[in-house]
Amino acid sequence: MTRRALVVRAVGGPVLVQDLGRPGHAAVGVGRSGAADRAAYLLANRAVGNRRGAAALEVTLGGLEVEVRGGPLWCCLTGAPAGVEADGRLHPPGAVVAVRHRLRIGTPPRGLRSYLAVRGGIDARAVLGSRSRDVLAGLGPAALDAGDVVGIGDDADAGEAGWPRLDAVPVDALAEPALFRVVPGPRADLIVEPDRLVTGEWRVSAHADRVGTRLEGGAPLLHRDPERQLPSEGAVRGALQVPPSGEPVLFGPDHPVTGGYPVVGVVVDADVDRAAQLRPGDPVGFRWV
Amino acid sequence: MRLLPYGDRAVLVELADPDGTDGTDQAVASARVVAWVEAAATAWRDVPVELVPAATTVLVALAPGAPQDLAWLRAAAADVRPEQPARRAEAPRTVEVPVTYDGADLAAVARLTGLDEADVVAAHTGTPWRVAFGGFAPGFAYLVGGDPRLRSVPRRAEPRTRVPAGSVALAGGFSGVYPRVSPGGWQLLGRTELAMWDLDRDPPALLAAGTTVRFVDAGGVR
Repeated sequence: MTRRALVVRAVGGPVLVQDLGRPGHAAVGVGRSGAADRAAYLLANRAVGNRRGAAALEVTLGGLEVEVRGGPLWCCLTGAPAGVEADGRLHPPGAVVAVRHRLRIGTPPRGLRSYLAVRGGIDARAVLGSRSRDVLAGLGPAALDAGDVVGIGDDADAGEAGWPRLDAVPVDALAEPALFRVVPGPRADLIVEPDRLVTGEWRVSAHADRVGTRLEGGAPLLHRDPERQLPSEGAVRGALQVPPSGEPVLFGPDHPVTGGYPVVGVVVDADVDRAAQLRPGDPVGFRWV
Repeated sequence: MRLLPYGDRAVLVELADPDGTDGTDQAVASARVVAWVEAAATAWRDVPVELVPAATTVLVALAPGAPQDLAWLRAAAADVRPEQPARRAEAPRTVEVPVTYDGADLAAVARLTGLDEADVVAAHTGTPWRVAFGGFAPGFAYLVGGDPRLRSVPRRAEPRTRVPAGSVALAGGFSGVYPRVSPGGWQLLGRTELAMWDLDRDPPALLAAGTTVRFVDAGGVR
């Protein structure tokens, strides 16, 4: 029997293996990482009957084309709402489909990252208990490229109950502008006018990746004392760090474990997934909670 | 100790004034951080929280599986008693790091400290260091302690875009070894062959918080 696998035929933007990440290693300089849009990732896995934490593909801006070997293979795509073409037939995002030969993912009209879950999960070497690619730390499987062969794992729930029971799952509409609830940060007092964060009309700059998303367009969040050096302190995903330029950086899943610039605010956890779907040029708003 | 807000899933525990204006030096602040983390890890053995130790602070974040309750977290953080002896009474580990002191900034460090190069090497090797925390890259450890004459050395005005793996460096009261090629702004004293980070080793990081580090002059070109 042919070992079940995906053969990558084409990629658009970066395609990364992701799971729930590797918690607990911050003290040795390794962050959590993991799927940028956790809710979308978990939904795709559930839709195909995978166990929680099974590895999936995080597909940036669509364009992925894979051949299925040893199929048919149950798949579901969530997150940025790209269309899916399975064996020549078009399906809407969120459809649970069995692919025999070939799967193509279109370009999402909105959003940045789609999650392709395959029943059984992606098989890759785990590093410190996770198969996530951490682009800052350089850990986990490298980004996929045309010609790569990716094995399918056995992270599916057993028995009839573990099989997909849905034709489709709802995919987030990604309303604009993205509005984030923010708790004032530990060093908001080092910024001249922290309220500029919530009054400013920000948009996503070209500097946006899994490490962080730099925002521009609003009045700069100036440091009260530009000469002052804050010793590094721990950071979380969703922290808004302010470098001396005054343009805030919203930390993503692969953010540095510690950082030395003041954190003016922290996006509440429930809103952090939405940040994973921001594209350069997208408008962004904040409000204090 | 102060508890600072950090979103709806974390608090920042400040254990010394970040500017040192309360008179706490870096080594003392780090010792507090290490003791606090040990006490918290003991107290919360069965609660999934993530602890991120740094220079003067510990970030405490709720992990999935913990009660997602910030009020609980704040109360629990306020309750940590670092003066209680940690139950894990392991003897502190000492790691010797052999260094070839031929770094590009050795002369600059000598100038900045008013020592000659041989004195800088003697100062760097003469007093033990201790791992305070990690964070810059996997396996990078911030070392505190060392000879007080080296503590005034600042970061380079222009960071290097490429610091070779194994570079032994100094800045801002800390010393450290770059685990792999990366950008970096610290002053380079020399290099070691010792692997700071090795995924085929368990644990991969050679240096953990609390580990004592002794740099040893391995000779070589100077």
